Amino acid sequence: MTGPGETAPAAPGRAALLADPRVRSVAIQAVLIVAVLTAGYFAALNAEANLRAQRIATGFGFLDNPAGFSISQTLIAYSEADSYGRVLVIGLLNTLLVSVIGIVLATIVGFVVGIARLSSNWLIARAAGGYVEVMRNLPLLFQILFWYLAVLSALPSPRQSLSLADSIFINNRGIVVPRLVFGDGAGYAVTALVLGLAATAGLAILSRRRRQATGHPLTLWWPALLLLVALPLAALAATGFPIDIDMPELRGFNFVGGVRVIPEFAALLIALVTYTAAFIAEIVRAGILSVHRGQTEAAYALGLRRPQTLRLIVVPQALRLIVPPLTSQYLNLTKNSSLAVAIGYPDLFAVFAGTTLNQTGQAIEILAITMAVYLMLSLITSMLMNWYNARMRLAER
Amino acid sequence: MKRVTLVVALAAMSTFVAGSVTAQTLKTVRDRGALVCGVSQGLPGFSTPDDRGNWTGLDVELCRAIAAAIFNDPSKVKFSPLSAKDRFTALQTGEIDVLSRNSTWTMLRDTQLGLNFAGVNYYDGQGFMVRKSLKVNSALELNGASICTQTGTTTELNVADYFRANKMKYEVVAFSTADETVKAYDAGRCDVFTSDVSQLYAMRLKLAKPNDQMILPEVISKEPLGPVVRQGDDQWFNIIKWVFFAMINAEELGVTQKTVDEAMKSTKPDVRRLVGTEGNFGERIGLTKDWAARIIRHVGNYGESFERNVGAGSKLNIDRGLNKLWSKGGIQYAPPIR
Repeated sequence: MTGPGETAPAAPGRAALLADPRVRSVAIQAVLIVAVLTAGYFAALNAEANLRAQRIATGFGFLDNPAGFSISQTLIAYSEADSYGRVLVIGLLNTLLVSVIGIVLATIVGFVVGIARLSSNWLIARAAGGYVEVMRNLPLLFQILFWYLAVLSALPSPRQSLSLADSIFINNRGIVVPRLVFGDGAGYAVTALVLGLAATAGLAILSRRRRQATGHPLTLWWPALLLLVALPLAALAATGFPIDIDMPELRGFNFVGGVRVIPEFAALLIALVTYTAAFIAEIVRAGILSVHRGQTEAAYALGLRRPQTLRLIVVPQALRLIVPPLTSQYLNLTKNSSLAVAIGYPDLFAVFAGTTLNQTGQAIEILAITMAVYLMLSLITSMLMNWYNARMRLAER
Repeated sequence: MKRVTLVVALAAMSTFVAGSVTAQTLKTVRDRGALVCGVSQGLPGFSTPDDRGNWTGLDVELCRAIAAAIFNDPSKVKFSPLSAKDRFTALQTGEIDVLSRNSTWTMLRDTQLGLNFAGVNYYDGQGFMVRKSLKVNSALELNGASICTQTGTTTELNVADYFRANKMKYEVVAFSTADETVKAYDAGRCDVFTSDVSQLYAMRLKLAKPNDQMILPEVISKEPLGPVVRQGDDQWFNIIKWVFFAMINAEELGVTQKTVDEAMKSTKPDVRRLVGTEGNFGERIGLTKDWAARIIRHVGNYGESFERNVGAGSKLNIDRGLNKLWSKGGIQYAPPIR
């Protein structure tokens, strides 16, 4: 018999290996991985055999075939003779455009509404609360269709456009603004702008360090103005103002020239922003409420006003709680942008997993590519947000 | 415990057994007791449910003709409304037995999707619809216009080709369903609505002011619309083909719904072969001797079906044009039943 403090002698052979919990867990995980991979492999083989038996075309060669159709919004040059591969890129750029702008605007609106809901002004607080309740409870597709049809029916036809200063026109085909065409010397102006931005960022960091050391920040407004406005203007002047303005003019059915923002984009953006902002507002409110009341009282005791308290004390601490659910909302917004197909906005899902799928019939390949692209977008977004979250963590001493 | 895991494993494995979609469609349909027919989501004249849920239309009646030939009962059909995007996938995977959804016969669809087109029940072409207030008389005046179209159809491709060939610019706004396209056109988002001419007539009825629209005279493409089946089942392919040919031959020989019973007693050899009093053509494709008589009795011949759904007897009032019989100046022509 073994007494306390003595271990039993190990049983010999295989039983000993399996009795070890570590070996068991590694073995089970290995078996599971092999099983999943085998299942996936067999499913792929099965699909391929079925497709071949039915003489359905397979493979990714279709990406080189000419598309043959036109797209209403393309951020890069595109013509009907370009390949399906280029259509994929254009769809991706359109999705990114609406997602990135949507995320930025939704965050701003969400923070404003969330803070407004905590306001001591009764009307503002209730109005924000009403906004959140209404927007959260109506289905997004319904909101997208509402904004699209409401926007469309409210605006006049091109021949009766509303015009601002005779250069910006608003009609139910979109908003047309003059386009700046950059000539030869414009590269210098762009470099000057980039340098100015970098310098301003550097100054901002310097100012923050100075404030943390001495309590007084640097005055930034006039150096920023100088660097961001005067420097590029000087570069432009030096090269003789190589900028042409392409004015829009009504010819026949539509406006020719200038840059046009299509109403589908505007409606989708407004719907996504107002919908997601309602959720972000609640997340922000939860985060702010989570900060200990003592922090606010201490800030007031130090003489900080309410906006300063919010900006310098409360929100930085609240961000610990806000950032993880905020990441989810950003991912939701990106994926919800695929509802664009309902109003004819040519995002990735509409032009690639919609039109291209229908024209080529290769559902499996196209859907696999689309899923991979959305997965990549989501992973990149969460990676960036996780990096930001790590920076926001409370530094333990 | 061991048996449960074994059963679960076998069940999981069975999902991976390659089950090719059956080459036995007729047997499947007979066992099921009903034909599953893929149709559109509501296109007046071709396939649309009325306010009581009964489906009517030219494509619907072709499916009813198939059901009549198999079951002697045109109501033994289940209709599956499909969008332009999933219509071919539904057929490939076996969800439906036949697709009768005004689908254009193109080489890509015929050769790369594992499908066969079993005939052309409507020769169509693509056209443009504009508001009369635009004062446009020809498609060549549409330079710079905004055009609403349905996404993923041959329509988008044909518009691109036409405008490129005529060196005109345009803006395309593509929606996923025909209803959304019509709504956007009605709201003024675009100047032109483009689709097959038969669809233009049908969709015009859904607009707020149908009489303010005009359909331009240009027909810019060939759109032979017809039923589709899977490759690999020749017997089913023959059945669908010959059901349609029977309807054309019936019109050619003057056999209508009202006169089919007389025709059973006819002495003319080609009529006797059609209605089955002579020969056993039906049995060779798995049907009965009176397969064609069943079709004509329950649905009628091609001309009757046309007039009832899209022609003079309907709200669309489309002229038969190319869809007249070859002997009357059109191109509907069926091989003889002999």
